[in-house]
Amino acid sequence: MPLLAQAAAQLAPTQGVTVALAFSAALFCVGLVGFLVRRNMILMFLCTELMLQAAAIAFIAFGRMRMDTGGQVFVIFILTVAAAEAALALGLVVLLYRRRETLSAEAWQELHE
Amino acid sequence: MNLSACLLALSDTQVVGHAVEHASLLNAPIVQAIAAPELRWAGWILLLPLLSAVLCVACAALRIKSKLPALLTTLALGTSFALVLKLYLMRGPDAGPVVVHLWDWMNFSWGDGRWKSFQADVSLYIDSLTMLWMLFVTGLGTLITIYASEYMESDRGVSYSRFFFGVSIFLLAMSILVMADNLVLLYMGWEGVGLASYLLIGYNYQKPSAVAAAKKAFIMNRIGDLGLAIGIWLIWVNYGSIEFNRLFRVFEDADRGVGGWDRSLIPFCLMLGAFGKSAQLPLFTWLPDAMEGPTPVSALIHAATMVTAGVYLIARMQPLFSLHPDAMTMVAWIGALTALLSATIGMAQYDMKRVFAYSTVSQLGYMFLGLGVGTAYGASYHVFTHAFFKALLFLTSGAIMHGFAGQLDLRRLSGLRRVPGFRIVSWTMLIGCLWLSAFPYSAGFFSKDIILVQAMSQPKFQILGWIGLATAGLTAYYSFRVWFRVCAGPVSFVAGEEAHADHDGQNNPGAHFEHGGESSHGAASNLAHARTANAGTAFHPHKPRIAIKSVLLFICLGAILSGIPGMQSLRGQANWVQEMVAHSSAVRASGEDHITTPVAFGLDAHGIVSVFGISAAIGGILFAMWIHLLDRRMADRMRSTLLSSRLTRWLPIAMENKWYVDELYHTLFRLPMWITSHMLHFLDRHLVDGLLVNGLGRLPVMIGRLFQPLYNGALQGYATTMAGGLILVLVWVAYRWCGGAA
Repeated sequence: MPLLAQAAAQLAPTQGVTVALAFSAALFCVGLVGFLVRRNMILMFLCTELMLQAAAIAFIAFGRMRMDTGGQVFVIFILTVAAAEAALALGLVVLLYRRRETLSAEAWQELHE
Repeated sequence: MNLSACLLALSDTQVVGHAVEHASLLNAPIVQAIAAPELRWAGWILLLPLLSAVLCVACAALRIKSKLPALLTTLALGTSFALVLKLYLMRGPDAGPVVVHLWDWMNFSWGDGRWKSFQADVSLYIDSLTMLWMLFVTGLGTLITIYASEYMESDRGVSYSRFFFGVSIFLLAMSILVMADNLVLLYMGWEGVGLASYLLIGYNYQKPSAVAAAKKAFIMNRIGDLGLAIGIWLIWVNYGSIEFNRLFRVFEDADRGVGGWDRSLIPFCLMLGAFGKSAQLPLFTWLPDAMEGPTPVSALIHAATMVTAGVYLIARMQPLFSLHPDAMTMVAWIGALTALLSATIGMAQYDMKRVFAYSTVSQLGYMFLGLGVGTAYGASYHVFTHAFFKALLFLTSGAIMHGFAGQLDLRRLSGLRRVPGFRIVSWTMLIGCLWLSAFPYSAGFFSKDIILVQAMSQPKFQILGWIGLATAGLTAYYSFRVWFRVCAGPVSFVAGEEAHADHDGQNNPGAHFEHGGESSHGAASNLAHARTANAGTAFHPHKPRIAIKSVLLFICLGAILSGIPGMQSLRGQANWVQEMVAHSSAVRASGEDHITTPVAFGLDAHGIVSVFGISAAIGGILFAMWIHLLDRRMADRMRSTLLSSRLTRWLPIAMENKWYVDELYHTLFRLPMWITSHMLHFLDRHLVDGLLVNGLGRLPVMIGRLFQPLYNGALQGYATTMAGGLILVLVWVAYRWCGGAA
């Protein structure tokens, strides 16, 4: 671990940030596309989780760029919130499944307006 | 030529009589009014009709089915009349004017001097002109209320209360009009009588024709009232006051002559108001239609009292009118032309009430002629006598209408003087017709005589005098046309359309009753025979009872007695009507000019009027007797002779169609307004409402429609929209960033 820290310290603050941000953007896009193309509510929920984690990575990357640990602190919070959200959302999905006997989001299309 | 010698002798006595007493009255100044706080009780004359109006509303609210509203109204109006009488007896006919201040109403001042304050209080200006009007207004009002208590009995209940409420409101407004001490209060009464007239003409509000007549009366009166309102405003602007007492002082000092355009406009504005209210030439068509109202209303409002308000206004404002050289000439011309025109229409009407309505318009024309030629005495005296005999004629025709289920057609009634129960009606109607046609020594003869003599004795008004004499002949003809058709001849009648099922057990409204002799005019009699064949049961006319009969006798007595002043002046004595007018603001026009030089045929003005007036009256009566009693088919034959010739065809057609005045107004005013209003309505509905209001309202809806497919309920759809928005933001940021970098 000291080695890793040493290596990190030797790196310039911006070094690797571009990669991390690019990874974050890619992960976000995967989540977005997944959300748009899938109909399964659990998968759609997982895609939102992907997008959320992409945001978390972006937090870390920007924290790194400013040499600030605040980004990492926020990620801890995000993870906590995401866990709570996951519990709630999965509970909702189960309820919705019981109502319509399907996981497809299209079953709930009449909720518009 | 015994007759003409008699007439000449008669005319000579008149000359002496008039000449002796008027020399002193000419150019007398108007006496200034003094405050009379001790007469405050005169306010009850106004308050009592108000009280009875309130009580009538209470009766309506309590759904009283008895004749209580009539009783209350009669009591209130009778007390009001008693108070007027007491006031008159206290003051006598020659008392000077007094002002009785009742309450403050409007009293502003914004500086010192004239034009810096405005005062209009609820005060009474009581002079002899006021008293003359109040005596017959409240007196006839009371009598006609008694008559109406029987006449209106078939709709006892809320409508009955509504009727007497209207009558009370009318008496209240008319008393305010006549007793007001300033023009604003007078205007309030003026509008009040208009309202009462509207309410009572439209009494049968389920009947479309009654509603239309009420609206017509109200709207045509508004046109006149606009003139009056502008006139009052101009008077304040020009003379700095609207109180009669101050105004008369100002008029005394005002220089005669035209003055500025606004000052010279004042009399014509007031004239417009007077002509609207009194149904004169441009605005007369509402009065015949006003006969849709119940007959007591026609007798009280549209014959005896309200329509004389215009005469009162001009008599009251005589000092103002005499300031303008042409104002009185115009009044005289309008009066004479209206008298002639409406008499010709009255000759050709078949509805009894309409004949009398046109004769009212015609007689009002005489009154304006009298005012115009400078005898407010003659005009006021004619108002006074006309109030009695015309009310009598309307009440008798009302009794006939009441008895024959609404029948008013001259052609369907005949010989009523032999029908049991209608003797009194027929004979009182004869008195009314004689008085209306100015039969020698009747009251109508005296009052008309004064007006015509005054017109004849001034060279510039002689033509109007001749018009008046011609109209007198027509008047005699049409009034006796009614009497000979309806009351004389063989007994024959057809009931009208209103069945009074609550009287006399079973009435058959279509039934026809006839015994002996010829029936009336052609078509009607065929119809009548057809109905007789079909209807088995005979129609029994509903006889007038004590209330109607006694009122008829009372008013008949009043009509006879109203000739006494004329009789007195014939003997060369002073008479109270003349004294009363001479002691009021109409003093300037209360005397008469006398020229003794021959006017025509070697006769002076009195001679002309006596000879031609009496021969016109008797000639008219005899002619009516010939074609409507002795040889009834003659009337039809004459009509068809006139119709068959191309040259004369227009005459009966135009007269029967009232000279197409209604149609003319329709084309000139109603039609353009109708077209304009429909065009504006179209513009409003399609341009303003359609394009601007609804169009702008629809714009957000349309924009919403554009994006509505995005909100289809599919979660992915919303997500796509969001993503699209996000991408757009990103593109925009990138663009700005690159631009900024560049």
